[in-house]
Amino acid sequence: MLSIRNIVKQYAGHTALSDVSLEVESGQIFGLLGPNGAGKTSLIRIINQITAPDSGEVYFDGVKLNQSHIDRIGYLPEERGLYKKMEIGEQMIYLARLKGLSRDEAIKRLKYWFEKLEMQSWWNKKIEELSKGMQQKAQFVATILHEPDLIILDEPFSGFDPVNAEIIKDEILELNRKGATILFSTHRMESVEELCNSIALLNKSQKILDGKVRDIKNSYRNATYLVEYTGEKLLFNGSQPFTLVEEKQTDDANVIKIKLTDGVSSNDVLQYLIPKTSINMLQEVIPTMNEIFIEKVNQKPALS
Amino acid sequence: MNKVVLIIQREYMVRVKKKSFIVMIFVVPGLILAMSGAIALIAKNSGQLSSQQQVLVKDESGIFAGKFHNVNNIKFETTGQSVSSVEKSIKKDENITLLKIAKDYKAADSVAIFSTKKPAIALTSELEKQLNDIAENDALIKHHIDTAILRSTKSNISLNTIDITDTGDKKSSVGAAAGVGIACAILIYLSLFIYGAQVMRGVIEEKTSRVVEVIVSSVKPFQLMLGKIIGVGLVGLTQFFAWIVLSIVASKIVGSSFSSPQSSMVGLLSALKTIQFSYILGVFIFYFLTGYLLYSALFAAVGSAVDSETETQQFMFPITLPLLFTYVLSVSVLFQAPDSSLAVWLSIIPFTAPVAMMVRIPFGGVAPWQLGLSMFMMVAGFLFATWVAARIYRVGILMYGKKASYKELAKWFFYKE
Repeated sequence: MLSIRNIVKQYAGHTALSDVSLEVESGQIFGLLGPNGAGKTSLIRIINQITAPDSGEVYFDGVKLNQSHIDRIGYLPEERGLYKKMEIGEQMIYLARLKGLSRDEAIKRLKYWFEKLEMQSWWNKKIEELSKGMQQKAQFVATILHEPDLIILDEPFSGFDPVNAEIIKDEILELNRKGATILFSTHRMESVEELCNSIALLNKSQKILDGKVRDIKNSYRNATYLVEYTGEKLLFNGSQPFTLVEEKQTDDANVIKIKLTDGVSSNDVLQYLIPKTSINMLQEVIPTMNEIFIEKVNQKPALS
Repeated sequence: MNKVVLIIQREYMVRVKKKSFIVMIFVVPGLILAMSGAIALIAKNSGQLSSQQQVLVKDESGIFAGKFHNVNNIKFETTGQSVSSVEKSIKKDENITLLKIAKDYKAADSVAIFSTKKPAIALTSELEKQLNDIAENDALIKHHIDTAILRSTKSNISLNTIDITDTGDKKSSVGAAAGVGIACAILIYLSLFIYGAQVMRGVIEEKTSRVVEVIVSSVKPFQLMLGKIIGVGLVGLTQFFAWIVLSIVASKIVGSSFSSPQSSMVGLLSALKTIQFSYILGVFIFYFLTGYLLYSALFAAVGSAVDSETETQQFMFPITLPLLFTYVLSVSVLFQAPDSSLAVWLSIIPFTAPVAMMVRIPFGGVAPWQLGLSMFMMVAGFLFATWVAARIYRVGILMYGKKASYKELAKWFFYKE
């Protein structure tokens, strides 16, 4: 779907993107992650052809990015905004027509979406009369109305209350099921794990990690487990098949965090522990994307 | 290109639908109508008294009595009654005035008028004029000077100016040309400012509301800028057109209700007729359009470089300076010497040409090569300004929360596409 090759973008005095390459496969929900100032917005603007890279190329469905692709992309910027004094219906039609829809088609689709998201009564309202959450909803509709193949969402959930965030999330998933590829920029990791198939992590203008979420998480597994048991507190003398990382005591149970010795499986641990105490739970500790994110970002010092 | 049309449509419709636009369309010709009506009324009524005045003359010197002649609304009557008895009748009728002339009329305070209300200037000046005429005549006769000969030596010359043209000599009026020239200069100066500022405000609005980011993901920044400039320009033309139509209607109404042929009005009208209005209107529209395109592009660049209208000051100054400079010169120096080399140069430099040329045009002394060169420079000027502005604009609209300096604007200009 989208192939980004060796993009370099420099602004006077600082580098926004240095040699960034990415592959976004068709039908994916792709997470573009990174702390503020990592270069996410610069990259998104290049994909939207708002700015051009200093060097490097972007291919859209195998074709070098050009003006004809503009109508196939829907973009929800992080900095939201619509014309405050313009009526919402007219404004949506205007934005849709800029993306190549005819007036009639725009009205037809708007009716569908306004009904679906319960916005019918807003049609003649001016944007400034709507609440912030309502404006966001309207802008989301404007982003997807022309049924783009690639939907670029920059922090889509900021500004939504939990109820509406859920509604928007469901809509994003449905659009994805219908075939839209979604490029999703955020620094909120919990939504990444919920939604994204693949991610790329940008930091200080460079890509420092990318791949499928599952693969990345697997590669960060390090045989660490949590075990909860009840009964006498266990004492370990070094003969056990793991090393103790952490020990905690709750009101009615003990919790230990252990790292397995090489070649030992979780079953071996259970076999070792079962005769000694009563096990409530054994669970592998898989690092969250948040932890991986923080680890990776802190690992790489500034390169400029 | 289709998208530019959409943008033009939006920019135009949003402004034309505004209440303030509709109000302005009617208020401005309304003001012109009210003002010209007021001027006509004043012109008609000054020098005339609203009602019949009776002046009772009590002449103790014996020189004046019977020599007054009745004019328009003033009737003279010699009276022998005492001042106190006349005062009684004055108190009854406010249109009666007593003119009392003492035995020695040359002494100070020897001539006075008595009335219940403050006498109109028209009355006092008429009385003074007649008193002086009579006294003068009396003195001349006393010295045996023939007043008829004396009168014939007086002259009353007013200057007519004739333009020599290919089609034949015709009467022209320097005063009317200066008036029209200054009016055109003021109008073009104001409209360049008003509509240029509208473009700037539109750009700032898009930038601060962040809607610009959505728009430029659909169209190129240059298309957005162009669409806005053309849209606002069409609003300006619509407004002018509406004003011209309404003014013609208004002046017809004013003209018919004040049709009494006042000599001064007729003179003014015939003087105005010596000016070629369709030619001036055509030139005006050309200079408004090219001047507007030039300045609004610069205004758009300023709008893109700031985050709010309050920050525009530092960039506005160099843009408005040439306009203001020419405007001030126009109303002071240029119209007195419309063909001076200063005026010629100012009417060729694109930044000053719209105002300077509009002052010169009504005088008719602009050589075809000057007009041609000036128009060429205007077109070249606005193309260049649009090109420069667009390069700053495309970067500026996406720079939030950063106070731009001139150095920064220069950097933006040199950014690659």
